[in-house]
Amino acid sequence: MDFRLTDDQRALRQGIRNLLEGRFGRQALRAAVDRADGKGGTHGRSGTDGRSGTHGKGGTGGKRPVGARVLDRELWRELGAAGFFALRLPEADGGVGQGLPEAVLAFEEAGRVLLPGPLIATHLAAGAVAGAATGEVVVTSPDGSLVEWLDEADIVRGDVSGAEPLASVDPLTPLHRLPASAAPRTGSGALRDPWAAGGPGGRPMPDGPGGHPEPDAPGGLASPSCGDTLLTSLLTAAEQLGSAARTCGTAVQHARTREQFGQPIGAFQAVQHLCADMLVRVEVARVAVYAAAVTADPADIAAARLLADEAAVRGARDCLQVYGGMGFTWESDVHLHLKRAWTRTHRAGGATRSEEALADDLVAGSA
Amino acid sequence: MDLTYTPEEEEFRARLRAWLAGVLPALPPKPSPDDWPARRAYDLGWQRRLYDAGYAGLHWPVDAGGRGATPTQHLIYLEETEKAGAPYVGANFVGLLHAGPTIASEGSAEQRARWLPPVLRGEEVWCQGFSEPGAGSDLAALRTRAWRDGDDYVVSGSKIWTSHAEVADWCELLVRTDPGARKHRGITWLAMPMDAPGITVRPLRTLAGSTEFAEVFLDEVRVPVANRVGAENDGWRVTMVTLSYERGTAFVGEVVACRRVLAEVAREARKNGRWDDVVLRRRLGRLNAEFRALWRLTQWNVSEAQGTGGVPGVGGSVFKLGYSHARQELFDAAAEVLGPEALDLGREWTLDRLSSLSYTIAAGTSQIQRNIVAERILGLPRGR
Ligand SMILES: Cc1cc2nc3c(=O)[nH]c(=O)nc-3n(C[C@H](O)[C@H](O)[C@H](O)COP(=O)(O)OP(=O)(O)OC[C@H]3O[C@@H](n4cnc5c(N)ncnc54)[C@H](O)[C@@H]3O)c2cc1C
Repeated sequence: MDFRLTDDQRALRQGIRNLLEGRFGRQALRAAVDRADGKGGTHGRSGTDGRSGTHGKGGTGGKRPVGARVLDRELWRELGAAGFFALRLPEADGGVGQGLPEAVLAFEEAGRVLLPGPLIATHLAAGAVAGAATGEVVVTSPDGSLVEWLDEADIVRGDVSGAEPLASVDPLTPLHRLPASAAPRTGSGALRDPWAAGGPGGRPMPDGPGGHPEPDAPGGLASPSCGDTLLTSLLTAAEQLGSAARTCGTAVQHARTREQFGQPIGAFQAVQHLCADMLVRVEVARVAVYAAAVTADPADIAAARLLADEAAVRGARDCLQVYGGMGFTWESDVHLHLKRAWTRTHRAGGATRSEEALADDLVAGSA
Repeated sequence: MDLTYTPEEEEFRARLRAWLAGVLPALPPKPSPDDWPARRAYDLGWQRRLYDAGYAGLHWPVDAGGRGATPTQHLIYLEETEKAGAPYVGANFVGLLHAGPTIASEGSAEQRARWLPPVLRGEEVWCQGFSEPGAGSDLAALRTRAWRDGDDYVVSGSKIWTSHAEVADWCELLVRTDPGARKHRGITWLAMPMDAPGITVRPLRTLAGSTEFAEVFLDEVRVPVANRVGAENDGWRVTMVTLSYERGTAFVGEVVACRRVLAEVAREARKNGRWDDVVLRRRLGRLNAEFRALWRLTQWNVSEAQGTGGVPGVGGSVFKLGYSHARQELFDAAAEVLGPEALDLGREWTLDRLSSLSYTIAAGTSQIQRNIVAERILGLPRGR
């Protein structure tokens, strides 16, 4: 057993970090926020030309949510060229042939820089939807009662009829809400079934961790599968981890330099302890996420998700606290991390489902 | 990221498992918690069996009498013994987990030959005389004095919270040898025989009702200079070695035990109907996440230690912060499941709940661990 990252994994992480920091650094992030926010920062919904011709996108009502038209297509293609979407696709199919641990490292980096877009849906579509792997095509899919990036996607996997835009709290994640009648959506209960099916010990992920999706049938696009729900949860956890690590680092950096009462605020124990607890949450979430990527065990994934969601949300809040009044401004990036973290907590079932699944796991096979 | 064990590691696990299955059923019944002589005999007896089977001092270096096992093998050992319900290290805690390793890395050849084999064979028990009434978190404020008289140090002062002092043969003792020096400078690490004249042990009752620890009064106790580990006035550095072992490895096996208890708590809740309480059920689910992650953190720290030759780093503070809190939450949840029965001292979980209260205090409080994380890992400026 050696849980540490291999040299190849370190190199991969560094490569992606370099790409993202070069191509989607702070300036690019702020520019994207400004584009999404519109002049004056009003949160009204503007009209849209009602894009058409893509599959399954009827009924969006001609309105578009705040934040649309901000997806950088060129960056998306660059991500494709770098193998971000095809990372787990076998080499024989034109992919990079890596596994879940590598995907988790890549999504952690995406989370660090708050990379916008339906990254996970497109990643999961690589191999099933033509053009997804290369970043030519942007793919989204409904998740629970929400759809991210509906207006900007070229392809939607799953049924989104009746979707209505909502004013998304995250300026960089446009959202649509699906009608209540559409529920239960794809994957609902998916986390629980694998538990019930397997005994204690070996509970393989339904689609297999390394498995890549079957191409969607010619006549229509398949809804994401049960395994996709688990993968969405794991990759979301990885993004949350990246965001949590970033806000922890940002808070520490600020605490070192901002002075009050004649010394850096980081010398005050109240601030030190906030930061120390942030780090503990990050490190505990990190090992949980990495381990879940290795085992692909549904209970490990649920645990990773629960801890990473918490590390991201509480990390952003504590970072805001360390930043003081500056943290409450639009100019600081802290709120962007918090809002994205909130948005991610809604994916693939929230904390309730993870906790229930983990509770079931405790008594699996014994009752 | 590789969580699979090598064939050699699996073989080690299988052999250990087989041995445990053979030896555990024949073990005498556990003595009552208040019968100290019996507890000492029981713990040393178990250590002797480990020694005879070649499992003593698994993680100690070979030239210190250990087996030179890899940190991963040590992890497997802790996992398997805990799963099998083998006796816990008990009274041998200090000797095996931190005094021994400190002597192995800082002691002279003679000192290693004198003190290490009896610990491994289960013949001598150690205790830790660090804390004093006026020096707890601020350990370097200790005042117990030692001055040279011929070949001896003469020691006077008092220690407190000394676990297992009643049954210990030796004490890893911190004394002040240069009262004029700056606080961290004038400290020395001594091995003090607990039967020396001038030592008085006064047991203290814990909130759990037992006498786990004691106050130790030292009145002109003579300790040979030859018993000094490290140089005179260099004891603070040696102490840091001791504390890194204490925080780095001491709680590893317990995480496995906590995962077992958590599953038992869930099963109990299913039986008595408390499982229908969604709030409680979700709380248990969350604890499952935490203990799974704490086990992974252990595997991570062990993997890191493999790279540094087995010396635990400050990562132990991250682990201790998370673990001590989760353990308390676990037994609070157990009490929630038990309902009124949680007030019954006859229930094991009630006693465990009481003793879990010490985890955020002993071996450095959570506040002190946070200071360490903030200053030594995150590099924040030192507070004034
Ligand atoms: C069960 C048990 C067994 C023990 N066994 C041993 C043993 O075998 N040998 C031994 O030597 N010692 C032993 N100890 C002692 C233990 O190491 C000390 O209790 C511990 O280090 C705290 O010291 P204190 O009790 O003096 O508390 P104090 O240091 O007085 O602390 C009281 C409170 O103040 C806080 N505080 C203190 N300083 C700071 C600071 N700088 N910043 C923020 N908060 C601060 C603490 O966190 C705590 O909440 C044991 C303790 C327990 C509970």
